[in-house]
Amino acid sequence: MATQQAPAIQVYGLEKSYKELQVLRGVDFTVARGSIFALLGSNGAGKTTAVKILSTLLKADAGTARVNGFDVAAQAADVRESISLTGQFAAVDEILSGRENLVLVARLRHLKNPGKIADDLLARFSLADAGGRKVSTYSGGMRRRLDIAMSLIGNPPIIFLDEPTTGLDPQARIEVWQAVRELAENGATVLLTTQYLDEAEQLADRIAILHEGRIIVNGTLAELKQLLPPAKVQYVEKQPTLEDVFLALVGADGKDGDAGKHRISVRK
Amino acid sequence: MSKHFVGDTAVLLGRSLRHITRSVDTIVTTAIMPIAMMLMFVYVFGGAINTGSVSYVNYLLPGILLITVASGIAYTAFRLFMDMKGGIFERFQSMPIARSSVLWAHVLTSLVANLISLVVVVLVALLMGFRSPAGVLAWLSVAGILILFTLALTWIAVIPGLTAKSADGASAFSYPLIFLPFLSSAFVPTDTMPGPLRVFAEHQPVTSIVNAIRNLFTQQPVGTDIWIALAWCAGILIVAYGFAMNTYHRKIS
Repeated sequence: MATQQAPAIQVYGLEKSYKELQVLRGVDFTVARGSIFALLGSNGAGKTTAVKILSTLLKADAGTARVNGFDVAAQAADVRESISLTGQFAAVDEILSGRENLVLVARLRHLKNPGKIADDLLARFSLADAGGRKVSTYSGGMRRRLDIAMSLIGNPPIIFLDEPTTGLDPQARIEVWQAVRELAENGATVLLTTQYLDEAEQLADRIAILHEGRIIVNGTLAELKQLLPPAKVQYVEKQPTLEDVFLALVGADGKDGDAGKHRISVRK
Repeated sequence: MSKHFVGDTAVLLGRSLRHITRSVDTIVTTAIMPIAMMLMFVYVFGGAINTGSVSYVNYLLPGILLITVASGIAYTAFRLFMDMKGGIFERFQSMPIARSSVLWAHVLTSLVANLISLVVVVLVALLMGFRSPAGVLAWLSVAGILILFTLALTWIAVIPGLTAKSADGASAFSYPLIFLPFLSSAFVPTDTMPGPLRVFAEHQPVTSIVNAIRNLFTQQPVGTDIWIALAWCAGILIVAYGFAMNTYHRKIS
């Protein structure tokens, strides 16, 4: 397939306004296949607008965007075949059970064996025990994991995650980060937006900073660090962060190993 | 239209029907208000209302059925609103499915839920002494009118469902629709009403629909009422469908 050769996402001169408010003022970036790309920016920087245009939910005023080699405006149906979107708020059906949510998406993607797909994903995202329960009884982290699991059905090559950890507690954040890393390891291209600097630092191969509707820098973490004067050597006593303390005390997410790891970091 | 339209609509219809079976209260509350009205009008006011040779419960039921639908579609708007707000609507729209199936699933769910409520109300009416000599054909005609009426009101409900800012706003539009039968021949014969009100009552859609259903139930000739009723239903359906689709396409573009 020719589309396999093109970059996963190519964006040129993207512009979008809501009435007088110019949200995107000419955004350009490219995302290589199989990489994790973070769009970093504060609230209102235009991250969600960019993701909505790339996932065919909004039309741009100007500029072009190609996803998996398809034009988002002219070949929207092909784009939708190639992507999955995990929006800012967990887009799960509260009244259905976790398993029913997964089966629903598998059916809508016209896949065979929706039941087996659902069971496999429940196991992979540690939701097997909760699979039969109504989603309205889930915690924020479980909801997000289900949300991401729903996005993986049908193995779309490109995955959009819009602020996947906003509003989550530290344990749930780590769970989501783990899930995102696994996606990239399995060959998917991930575009994630975030307002958390450490999230971009933890996950992304490349980071673009979106500010007032424009990309002001775009590079790897190492490249971004070189933008500042070279580091000076200083002796600083390593203090545990409050997050380390919190995770050590509450025992991370209860999985073996995690709690111990954090406890060691406290003793350093 | 996508080749998956029928299959996708069926899957999504299954989803919202599951919502209904898990919140049976929506059907109960839909049916309770018209049933309470029916009890009150038949046993409290009914004795004082002169409907000629027709028993009051027989006279009243057609209007009560329309009120049942008018209150039922508030939940259609509510369910659609919750999908819009929760983000699952956007998830569906970003998936490779027939996009309009999202809307059609809600419309068909509305039809099923309202038909269940209508059956419940008719059963209660039977317990209260409602009797009809109508044959199968007349009952089918009544069902046909009610289905058309439900579809017309459902497409009206889609508009606030797509555009409302709050859940209350999404369902508030149904209040005038619930109130409309009071200004018609549904509860009292229009000839006791004062001039301008009577003119309004005799020419608004509810009166012709109520009269058509009532005549079918009592095996009277339906006359022109049934054609006026069908014309109103079809007219409202077409206009509401047009506006709803327009709203929908503005939302998803």
